[in-house]
Amino acid sequence: MLRPGALMRGMWTTFKSMFEKPVTVMYPQVKRPVSKRFKGRHELKRYDNGLEKCIGCALCAAACPADAIFVEASENTDEQRYSPGERYASTYEINFLRCIYCGFCEDACPTEAIVLGDNYELSYTNRSEAIYTREMLLVPVHPSAAPTPQKVAPGTFDRPIPEMEDPD
Amino acid sequence: MSELVKNEAAQNMVTLTIDDHTMSVPEGTLVVDAARSIGLDIPVFCYHPKMEPVGMCRMCLVEIGTPMRDRTTSEPILEDDGSPKIQFFPNLMTGCTFRASEGMVVRGYTEKVTAARKEVLEFLLTSHPLDCPTCDKGGECPLQNLTMQFGDGESRFIYDEKMHSAKHVALGDLIFLDRERCIQCARCTRFQDEIVDDQVIGFSNRGRALEIVTFSDPGFDSYWSGNTTDICPVGALTTADFRFGARPWEMNASASICNHCAVGCNLTFNTRREVKSGGEKIIKRVMPRQNEAVNEIWICDKGRFAYHFTASDQRLNQPLIRKDGKLVPSSWELALDLVTSRFKNAGENLVTLAGGRLSNEDLFNLAELSAHLGGDALLYSDMAGGDLVSRLGVGEGTNFSDMGPETAILVVACNLEEEAPLWWLRIKQAAERGAKVIVANPRKTKLDRSAIHNLRYEYGQEAGLVTALLSAISPKQPKSPAFVNKLAKDKEVKAAAKALSEAENTVILFGSEGTSYAASAALAQACANLLIASGHIGRPNNGLIGVWDKGNAQGAWDMGLRPSEDLDAALKTSQAVYISAADPAGDSKQYASALKKADFVVVQELYMTATAELADVVLPAQAFTEREGTYTSGERRVQRFYPAVPSLPDLLPDFGITAEIAGRLGLELEKTAPASVMLQIAEVVPDYAELTYQKLAKVEKQFPLIGREDVYYGGTSYQNSQGLGVQLKPAAQNGDSPVLVITELPEVKLSGEELLAVPVTRLLDLGNTVTPSEVLVTRLAKPHVALHPQDAEKLGVEWGSKVKLILNGSTQTVLVEFDNSMPHGVVLVPRSLGIPIISPTPATIKVL
Ligand code: SF4
Ligand code: SF4
Ligand code: SF4
Ligand code: SF4
Ligand code: FES
Repeated sequence: MLRPGALMRGMWTTFKSMFEKPVTVMYPQVKRPVSKRFKGRHELKRYDNGLEKCIGCALCAAACPADAIFVEASENTDEQRYSPGERYASTYEINFLRCIYCGFCEDACPTEAIVLGDNYELSYTNRSEAIYTREMLLVPVHPSAAPTPQKVAPGTFDRPIPEMEDPD
Repeated sequence: MSELVKNEAAQNMVTLTIDDHTMSVPEGTLVVDAARSIGLDIPVFCYHPKMEPVGMCRMCLVEIGTPMRDRTTSEPILEDDGSPKIQFFPNLMTGCTFRASEGMVVRGYTEKVTAARKEVLEFLLTSHPLDCPTCDKGGECPLQNLTMQFGDGESRFIYDEKMHSAKHVALGDLIFLDRERCIQCARCTRFQDEIVDDQVIGFSNRGRALEIVTFSDPGFDSYWSGNTTDICPVGALTTADFRFGARPWEMNASASICNHCAVGCNLTFNTRREVKSGGEKIIKRVMPRQNEAVNEIWICDKGRFAYHFTASDQRLNQPLIRKDGKLVPSSWELALDLVTSRFKNAGENLVTLAGGRLSNEDLFNLAELSAHLGGDALLYSDMAGGDLVSRLGVGEGTNFSDMGPETAILVVACNLEEEAPLWWLRIKQAAERGAKVIVANPRKTKLDRSAIHNLRYEYGQEAGLVTALLSAISPKQPKSPAFVNKLAKDKEVKAAAKALSEAENTVILFGSEGTSYAASAALAQACANLLIASGHIGRPNNGLIGVWDKGNAQGAWDMGLRPSEDLDAALKTSQAVYISAADPAGDSKQYASALKKADFVVVQELYMTATAELADVVLPAQAFTEREGTYTSGERRVQRFYPAVPSLPDLLPDFGITAEIAGRLGLELEKTAPASVMLQIAEVVPDYAELTYQKLAKVEKQFPLIGREDVYYGGTSYQNSQGLGVQLKPAAQNGDSPVLVITELPEVKLSGEELLAVPVTRLLDLGNTVTPSEVLVTRLAKPHVALHPQDAEKLGVEWGSKVKLILNGSTQTVLVEFDNSMPHGVVLVPRSLGIPIISPTPATIKVL
């Protein structure tokens, strides 16, 4: 049996909420900040001087449970230097239809080059668009730094895995 | 393991206990080997089962105890419970230098031992870089594995005090050294010194500053350099070919056989799909695959680096037909129909010419097609004697590793390290075990170092020399030419003949140093006669081996193809020529003009060779890396190779193309499954009667246990799980009793002014299958000739200078090298360097 009092109480709740602050946001005009540990689309990081952090070791690819990463390495020269180490990733691809955003790649990376970022706005109209190449993943060069490949004086970088401090 | 087992009967067995496992091993077995044979791994770095132990790295430290004996009675002292009392050495002992003895007790996992391992690793890592992520060895590195297993997570040494040294040192054009990664185990230097006798690298300095240096010019000048990267237990040595090519775990492996020489080394191709190569699956590196009866765990640098020809961008990818004088692309249908109709017209005037790089299946189909039309099936080769090898070849069960003091090995007219590197290596090792090696060659070769007799003769007298050996054994020979009688009286020759006839086993290898086809035929027959007369046939470790110029030349002989005595005439008189995997026009102008005269030429090839340029129809074939098949080695071991990479689109294997043509001519031949071709071969060729692909894929346990998941020895050589092949029985082992055939001995005469140009073989030549390898380019021989320094002085020629060589009507500018061991009046002309030479020919040299 319906009790009129209960009905009125329900209506009152609805009426009251009309004057509360809404919890939804007007996406995409308004975006909500993500948490610090959010795992979104990956980025390939650079050092402050513009060189790429990735040394093409493919440990991310080895760690990836979804087999989403493909890496191919090439050797740096002082004429054409991409990373401070001996080698760099000449091919770096992530298939975002495969990725499960587990972050294992980030954990495996010895130079903190691959980092899961904040971007969750991924959409594709066909499958091949879901494969991001190194050019798409690399973060833009800081205005004060030079893009890669850079020409450097011989002997500037002689470690295979760079010991470069990065405040980031 | 087989070595442990094999020696069981011959040797005293001793019983020892390792970590509570009791086992029996032959006396003298090293403790580490004994442990490994039952799967208890005592970690090692410097020890390698193919080399003498040196005890340099201390990784294998274990506790070793022996039964205590009473000093006065030498009776064993017993514990209270009646078991022998064991006295342990006060210090830890290196298991790699300690040999098993009766009653020995080994403890490999006590606290003391694991603590020692931890410390050894800590020391090895004091200055080791943290390179694993980019190190080519990462993933198959014993140092990585053992550190994970026994090492400490942290080092007590200060990171910033690590010593840094050069990381990208080119030891030669093929090998890079990373000095920081070297753990100074001396495996590489010991390999070069002990195993291949090329002392071109060594240690310099001491302590932490110790480093590997090369003291040859060019650097690391050895045909074996690639093997050091396999046995280096860390990533200190890497090849220029594979450096940063891929991570080891990313690659697939497929079994194959090297087809560059008659040894037939077992290989593994590591493949990976690559963006750099347009998304194709390509071969990233070549590794030896263990076959203790063929190549053990080694391969030469030609086998390791000259595989690129299969993926050359010059590969033909569609049939071509000549229209208005030009070769234009065509469809398969059109090309095959044209070929068929012309072959039909030619009938018995069809000449089929095949190269010894084709597989048995290809050669069988070619021979069948040729027989169907009644034409001639020719092998493109200047060497004779394959028929003799199939009758008197080495017996089933032959293995150079088994040869010792009871065996004599004669190597005649052959520069073995250049013609068949692995055989050189294995015969050298046999000599070290006491085998009596006799080298007969007009000039010095590397095998001379291992020989007890070095017999010299003039170029052209090779068959004479072997006949002289024969007359020294059995004097009742028909009359021989004077030079033979003179040779037969020579003291060395007599002594060599005695050694050969008295040995329990005798193997003879004949090569192609300075021989023409006719000379080769006489030589092979003379060698056969010697073996028959001394009774060294039809048994294992006895018989004749042809050091063929091509990987599967023996298979071609077995399939019924024969070299032509006069190829020129055969080509000229034919109505149609079907050439596969051979480039006669590239080798000689004479053949080129003969081909121009031929009515219709079909060339089945990988790329546009000089011969293909002259063809009326060019049919592109699959490379051996893209398909299956079998090769027969010079020791008559039939071995299988497997596809490593996908075929170029629309291409067929050679046997498939031949079968397509045959089908149109009304002859049913197998066109898709090579295994079925093998079944047909088994029906038709008696020696192959028992063979199936399944039998060829059988494996047995081999010792040492190499290349397993555990990367115990750190070698990246592959375990053989795809087949050891089957050695065929020669007719002599099946009851055939051959008789001596005395042939006339050819002799070459010269007119006063001229020099005699003789063809010799260089391993790294400029052949079609070698030049596409970019890494090898700087290592390849340049077009050159060799002269005796005195002849050169007479001509006024200096070492390294350029001269004009007039030979066979063509003139060429070549470099001059000296060889003071060669006879006077001769100029050595290496084959396949672009200088046309097929047989010994008079030549003139003009100073530029
Ligand atoms: S986040 Fe996980 S699934 Fe995605 S690429 Fe990295 S390792 Fe692979
Ligand atoms: S040699 Fe082994 S331990 Fe040393 S950097 Fe290379 S993979 Fe790591
Ligand atoms: S280069 Fe390799 S094989 Fe040679 S001593 Fe160093 S670690 Fe050993
Ligand atoms: S020895 Fe002969 S078969 Fe072996 S790898 Fe070298 S060329 Fe190939
Ligand atoms: S000391 Fe025994 S393996 Fe090195």
